[in-house]
Amino acid sequence: MIAQILVDGVTSGAMIALGAIGVTLTYGLLRFANFAHGEFSTWGAYAAMVIAAALGSAGEPIGELTFGWHLIVALLGAVAFTALLAVALDWLLFRRLRRHGNAIVLVIASFGASLALRSALEFAFGPQPYYYTREIAMTVRLAPGMRATWDQIFVLAVALVLMAATHLMLAYTALGRALRATSENPDLARLAGIDVARVVRVTWLLGGGMAAASGVFLGITVQLRPTMGFELLLPLFAAAILGGIGSVPGAMLGGLIIGIAEAAAVPIAGAQYRAAVAFVVMLAMLLARPRGLFGARDA
Amino acid sequence: MTPVLEARAIVAGYEPGVPIVRGASFSLHAGEILVLLGPNGAGKSTLAKAVAGLVRLEGGEVRLADRSLADVPAHDRIRHGLAFVPQTGNVFSGLTVAENLNIAVAILPRRARAERISAVFSLFPDLATARRGAAGRLSGGQRQMLAIARALAVRPSALVLDEPSAGLSPKLVETVMAKLREVRASGVAVLLVEQNARAALAVADRAMILAEGRVAHEGAGASLLDDPAVAALYLGRRVA
Repeated sequence: MIAQILVDGVTSGAMIALGAIGVTLTYGLLRFANFAHGEFSTWGAYAAMVIAAALGSAGEPIGELTFGWHLIVALLGAVAFTALLAVALDWLLFRRLRRHGNAIVLVIASFGASLALRSALEFAFGPQPYYYTREIAMTVRLAPGMRATWDQIFVLAVALVLMAATHLMLAYTALGRALRATSENPDLARLAGIDVARVVRVTWLLGGGMAAASGVFLGITVQLRPTMGFELLLPLFAAAILGGIGSVPGAMLGGLIIGIAEAAAVPIAGAQYRAAVAFVVMLAMLLARPRGLFGARDA
Repeated sequence: MTPVLEARAIVAGYEPGVPIVRGASFSLHAGEILVLLGPNGAGKSTLAKAVAGLVRLEGGEVRLADRSLADVPAHDRIRHGLAFVPQTGNVFSGLTVAENLNIAVAILPRRARAERISAVFSLFPDLATARRGAAGRLSGGQRQMLAIARALAVRPSALVLDEPSAGLSPKLVETVMAKLREVRASGVAVLLVEQNARAALAVADRAMILAEGRVAHEGAGASLLDDPAVAALYLGRRVA
């Protein structure tokens, strides 16, 4: 059973980690908790559904997967669309409010944006769940007591590649250095010739794109609902706080830990308490080590 | 000779209508160190930040090589040759020494970057040995060196430093000032904002004393040191 908890936990943890990257980047750079971030996941998931529908369907299943190339193309389209949506939301709303320099106003605005984005989807698609495909997901035995669907394996593999790519970009490219530098000290970054407005745009693009991928993966492994991103919000923040707000590797590790903790809670406490686990972990971390696993001392 | 850096009747502050700098002017030539002194709250740092573009001007003009910087945002001034080293938070502590310098040279053509980094490493050999370490782990003096190295990496024509001696031991202050002499010798125009009057005036070609946002006194560095009235009024006991 423990082996199976690990598989389920790591898969959902990878999806949480993708979303948490955006939360932690936005907080690290702009110093506010964006409660609309979960909606980027929902919009990404629905955008992929619309694109797949425009292509005809999720496509002829590839091997043992329940979907085909159409959904993979739709995933790419959804990532691009949601990345632009995130930039547009910043341009229309947060950028204007940032000028006043009040973080509380930004947080409240993000609540409003979250509500508006969720309501818009509910208005357009209704409250009922959707699925990318009606194919039955077959499981494969990975080890004794450890089974996973090929969809889960696909999701985990792509999520890990995206996380590794993000880490490498931040650690070894000029853009990554600029992003880390701006996050640490925006004024000094300006003096060093970094175009901070461009870095902010890149942060939204990256955060929105990752959140979209997380949403599509959630759609593949579970289902699509207008509230899916909102329900993801608590685990996203728990992962970001656990890893240390502002730390991307921390958010990745935090996501995996939250995913495993949630999966472990199901057989122990029941599925109804799954969501509470993220809250308990977040609270415990805030009390014991407010700067998280990898956060800066002054975070 | 056209000054490298010129400030004309600068009026600046952090809140509209509440100026801290009230009409200060200076001009700075290549290979010259101009020291800006004054009591706390005189507006020295605000003037330096206004020159760097970090504080909005309410009046006056900053010119670099006879070109107005009015439309040049802070992040573009370094491209025009104006480098600024703030008093605090002047290195990216979470990044390595090499990454701090790589950020600085990112605005240069790719082929020139490695050459500039090795040039600053030869000026600051301590940094070369610490290049892979986090800047946050450097000593106060090394941090100050890194901050100056980061600014010099792009070969600026003017360098503005806000209290580089703050928090340093007298020996390290001496080292920093010796480096500034080398910087001057390379032809860079240096504006040095300082509280440590004795150390700063020892390297100054000229000095200005700012009081209540205005230039109250100006002269050759050494002459200010010897002026008892100026010393008593603005420079405190150290120089008196």
